[in-house]
Amino acid sequence: MAITMTKGQVGLTGNAAIAYAMKQINPDVCPAYPITPSTAIIEDFSGYVADGAVDTELITVESEHSAMSACIGASAAGARVMTATSSQGLALMWEMLYIASGMRLPIILTDVNRALSAPINIHCDHSDSMGARDSGWIQLYSETVQEAYDNLFQAVRIAEHRKVLLPVMVCLDGFITSHAIENISLIDDAEAKQFVGEYIPRQHLLDTDNPITYGAMSLPENYIEFKHEQSRAIAGSKEVVLEIGKEFGKKFGREYGLFETYRLDDADTAIVILNSAAGTTKVAVDALRKQGMKVGLLRPRLFRPFPFKEITAALKNVKAVGVLDRADSMSGFGGPLFSEVRSALYDLEARPKIISRIYGLGGRDYKVKDAVEVFGELDRIRETGKVETLTKYITL
Amino acid sequence: MATLKELSKQDELLSGGHRLCAGCGIPPIVRLVLRAANGPVVATTATGCLEVGTTIYPYTAWRIPWIHSAFENAAATISGIETAYRALKKRGRIPQDKNIKFIAFGGDGGTYDIGLQALSGALERGHNFLYVCYDNGAYMNTGIQRSSATPYFSNTTTSPAGKVIPGKQEWRKDLTRIVVAHNVPYAAQASPHNWADLSKKAEKALNTEGPTFLNVMSPCPLGWYTKPEDSIKWAKLSVDTCYWPLYEVENGILKVTYRPREKKPLVDWLKPQGRFKHLLTPENKPLLDKFQERVDFEWQRLLDLDGKRI
Repeated sequence: MAITMTKGQVGLTGNAAIAYAMKQINPDVCPAYPITPSTAIIEDFSGYVADGAVDTELITVESEHSAMSACIGASAAGARVMTATSSQGLALMWEMLYIASGMRLPIILTDVNRALSAPINIHCDHSDSMGARDSGWIQLYSETVQEAYDNLFQAVRIAEHRKVLLPVMVCLDGFITSHAIENISLIDDAEAKQFVGEYIPRQHLLDTDNPITYGAMSLPENYIEFKHEQSRAIAGSKEVVLEIGKEFGKKFGREYGLFETYRLDDADTAIVILNSAAGTTKVAVDALRKQGMKVGLLRPRLFRPFPFKEITAALKNVKAVGVLDRADSMSGFGGPLFSEVRSALYDLEARPKIISRIYGLGGRDYKVKDAVEVFGELDRIRETGKVETLTKYITL
Repeated sequence: MATLKELSKQDELLSGGHRLCAGCGIPPIVRLVLRAANGPVVATTATGCLEVGTTIYPYTAWRIPWIHSAFENAAATISGIETAYRALKKRGRIPQDKNIKFIAFGGDGGTYDIGLQALSGALERGHNFLYVCYDNGAYMNTGIQRSSATPYFSNTTTSPAGKVIPGKQEWRKDLTRIVVAHNVPYAAQASPHNWADLSKKAEKALNTEGPTFLNVMSPCPLGWYTKPEDSIKWAKLSVDTCYWPLYEVENGILKVTYRPREKKPLVDWLKPQGRFKHLLTPENKPLLDKFQERVDFEWQRLLDLDGKRI
């Protein structure tokens, strides 16, 4: 696809931007399988391969399970590997996601968030990536096309960092972000190449002079030690995410942290929300601020590992927090983001009141009025100090 | 092809000391196939006896680069490795004169059943690799459950010879024919008792460009209820009774590579195996006859195709 730039900006859909980032990264191997709404990433990228714009080896596998299996094989063989999927595709990869992280392979996956069946639904929610939240992958969420594009470059550096060596998942909202055209700034090809550098694995399967065994069976004598190492690596990756986010900011003018706060400093009430719905919520924040309400927003970018301490510090002065999940963990006690935020706040002496609201499943619109309503509810909680309904569905 | 003397002098790529059972057919198969590579080789193995028995951390019996990732994906894993090899060679990160062979090993459960989709995909895409299925006729690693490769009427823990149902009721899946239907350049059936035939086929497969396949009979004392020291004998008899014909399909031409001088009655092979004990009773004689008829039918079909383009 030809990209035309005007004043350093270019109008791209989320999928086209991810494909373009992949073109600039030019990975060694890309095993992929089509699924709505991420298909266009691989279609565009296949075009780059066919036109010789990249020299990546594309493997058009027969399932997502094989896509991730081939990613694992190629990564263990020392290649820089990328793929993309959505929904059922990610669900089918589930078994292999754990193996990718357990083997400490720096694979990059773009997940274009889509609801899980049943009922079958092709539209946005976060149940796919939330289902993979304990798989040992670092998860970066993206509000906009620009952020998704920027995240992909950073993901490579984070995954391949010697202190990390873990796979990274970049998440963006299906259709809302993947199919919406946004004006974004592209990184210069040479600078992109320089930023990601070359992947030099410490060990790999193609080094036949130094044979190694990957994926040995580990019994109770040592399994837990492997998991302990992995757990420490993902916990420690937070610092690397920050470091790379800063470096990215220095080079390209857009710095990224663990989360974004919006008018939160003096806020009495706040909404915590992921991805594109944060944009809608910001409009509500601005409108309510105009009316004199002290409202704010916190949008996690890094969900795995979860920045507990930093989020606690950011929310400690808020009186009431509404955590909005575009996924339900079916625990009967709110969504997955809610569980983490509520847990993060537990250690505070004076804890904010907190509620869980599940919104927008299967692509149901989340509108400014929905955010305004939640802020209204939070304001009543602030006044009365009482939570009447801890968890409920909105946008019904 | 190397002589037996030459083979015995080659480096052993699968070391001794692994934990596969005495009398297991897998190690001789793997050792012969690896020797046939005669150069750098990278392998993957599906979950199963071979994987569990050779790599209990911190030990490994593999003297070559090796990976196990899951049960159903050996063919997909090797696809990734082989593709990485081509990608990195193209980019000059692997010397142009270095030639690595790629092999995926899987049992019948990991190949006929759960791994069939990944195998089909890898064959269709045309990766340059050899897939070796060691077929011992059941899920032996998990305790002898029936697979689609399990012989007719075989007694397994999930197709027990009971009072009403006398063992597995279905004829086995003919995987070699399914693989051949992918129009791969080379596919063959072999057995470890005939080391020369197996070595020759492995060598041929490994020196053929594109996806190749070996389906190898693998005796299992545990699941067959046989004596470890007799394994090779029963492997031979599976061939001499024509239950497991040795043949190859090279560029579409089928060739029977071994015709027993005297085709032995099937019962000679079934008799020593505890898994077929129930077939030897007078009331089950019709089942035995049915089994023999089917073996004869399949053998004749193969003979009819011998030398033909299929």
